[in-house]
Amino acid sequence: MKKDNIVELRDISVTFDGEQILDGLNLDIKDKEFITLLGPSGCGKTTTLRLIAGFLEPESGEIVFDGKKINGVPAYKRQVNTIFQRYALFPHLNVYENIAFGLRIKKLKEKEIEEKVNEMLELVNLKGLEKRSIDTLSGGQQQRVAIARAIVNRPRVLLLDEPLAALDLKLRKEMQKELKNIQQQLGITFVFVTHDQEEALTMSDRVVVMAGGKIQQIGTPQDIYNEPKNAFVADFIGDSNIIDGIMVKDLLVNFLGVDFPCVDTGFGNNNPVDVVIRPEDVILVPPQKSEMKGTVTSLIFKGVHYEMDVMAGGFKWLVHSTKMEPVGSEVGIYIEPENIQIMHKPRSKDEEAVSIDE
Amino acid sequence: MTNKKNIWLSGPYIIWIAGFIILPILTIVYYAFTDATKKFTFSNIVNAVTDTANLKALGLTVLLATLATLICLLLAYPLALCLTKSRIKNKTLLIYLFILPIFMNFMLQMVAINVILEDNGIINSLLQALGLPKFHIANTFTAILIGMSYDYFPFMLLPIYNTVSRIDKDYINASKDLGANSLKTFLKVTFPLTLPGVVSGITMVFVPAISDFAIAEMLGGGKIMLIGNVVEMSFTKGHYYQGSGLALLLMVFVLLSSLIPTGDSDTEGGAIIL
Repeated sequence: MKKDNIVELRDISVTFDGEQILDGLNLDIKDKEFITLLGPSGCGKTTTLRLIAGFLEPESGEIVFDGKKINGVPAYKRQVNTIFQRYALFPHLNVYENIAFGLRIKKLKEKEIEEKVNEMLELVNLKGLEKRSIDTLSGGQQQRVAIARAIVNRPRVLLLDEPLAALDLKLRKEMQKELKNIQQQLGITFVFVTHDQEEALTMSDRVVVMAGGKIQQIGTPQDIYNEPKNAFVADFIGDSNIIDGIMVKDLLVNFLGVDFPCVDTGFGNNNPVDVVIRPEDVILVPPQKSEMKGTVTSLIFKGVHYEMDVMAGGFKWLVHSTKMEPVGSEVGIYIEPENIQIMHKPRSKDEEAVSIDE
Repeated sequence: MTNKKNIWLSGPYIIWIAGFIILPILTIVYYAFTDATKKFTFSNIVNAVTDTANLKALGLTVLLATLATLICLLLAYPLALCLTKSRIKNKTLLIYLFILPIFMNFMLQMVAINVILEDNGIINSLLQALGLPKFHIANTFTAILIGMSYDYFPFMLLPIYNTVSRIDKDYINASKDLGANSLKTFLKVTFPLTLPGVVSGITMVFVPAISDFAIAEMLGGGKIMLIGNVVEMSFTKGHYYQGSGLALLLMVFVLLSSLIPTGDSDTEGGAIIL
């Protein structure tokens, strides 16, 4: 156990009804970090959260919390709190009593409870609503009560299960910032589950990309976005052009019938690879300046940039550019060598997963 | 408004309600406040509350109904928890097994209970075979209590099961997450959330139990007079005025007891559905 790890998951496997949900998962969570589990539904991210919370026991593997194995320790004895996807606020209690729930269980003095609840109400901007019943609150207010109810207990780790999924876009952005502020202010480890890649990138210190019960990649948001380890990560994090290619030799890749210089080495000669190019890295040039020629087939204005489809080399390229080319115009495609990402093709399902050692 | 257009659809029921509910109630009210000479009087009501025999019957009835309600509650609530947690897939079928007696003829139920409780019935034969002393249960207060608890049990089980089984598992998890063990979770979360079902179950057992006379007659052997039996006897003996006074009083009592605060049972309440 490394000193700064608060939670360690070791070789965790979980199956439901014969279906493998988690498959030999290993994950270290550092103290006081904001870590996000990101993946499509069914990837095992919520299951991972439930394991840490104690709502679920793994079939095999160890859960270590602050240096101690906590397999079999009931949820109510764990120093973690959860914010549920649909908040799970107690409908028979008002705002104040919901927040005070954990403190009353701990049998704190009434005065102490009042102090702590008021402090929380201030933190989440709900002063004056303490007597309100839960069903009279808006979604955003309920969200705030859920946050207050969890962090008033000062957990070592806060687990958040897609807490912003039910909010509208504007409120979601606001809450993203607030959650991040609260996390930094209180110095609590946040384990955040989401399927929204943008949310993961904006809020996290580290992102864990999961699929099929396995971790695909762990890294900072920048790492994950700029250096995806495989085609799945590249595809899931933002838009990508993923093209079958052949690594001719070091520093040269061929795809769609054209040779492109690149910066990657060590893939051998004439090996099949996945080539990943972000849409903003595709540069449209006059057709005579590129061997890869094509036609613009669609054009959408997205605010900051234009989104274009370009049919070239038998592939539909997704292109983001601040400069628009009208539909039907002939263009050439140019890509800076360092913007061409080369990845091994997954040869079997098992190889889709990558080692988590950073 | 479509409501106004379709109001005639409720016509048959309005006629039914007028003829078979409102009219009889008005008749009872009329009889309750008149005497044989058709003059207005309070004496029927006053007699009903001052007659010690009536008061004794009322006291016995309230005690019996309360005990039967309590027995049903203590049996039904744990059962509802078990049924909810059971891994059996077809829960509807399971519930049907527990409420099956509803579908059996009432007289048959009562006769069967009598056969079980009689001095030479199944229980006593068994006790005798084991060399234990016999119990005299038939035609006693206890026999009526057993009969009532048996007969009204399904009406306690259904509303409670409905609320218990519909509690979102996340509430339970949230409570445990916040440090409450199983007992505290039950006391602070599960039970309060199922209170509407409990109240509805209590009402559905207590109200019919308090106005019952058939079970008392079948299992009490005519020896035990409940307030329902007193009312019934007044009418069969032709004492319409006194009987109406008593019936009116009983009705007010039942209405009051069904007005026990039900929380927000309008939304989560325990309407019987299967």
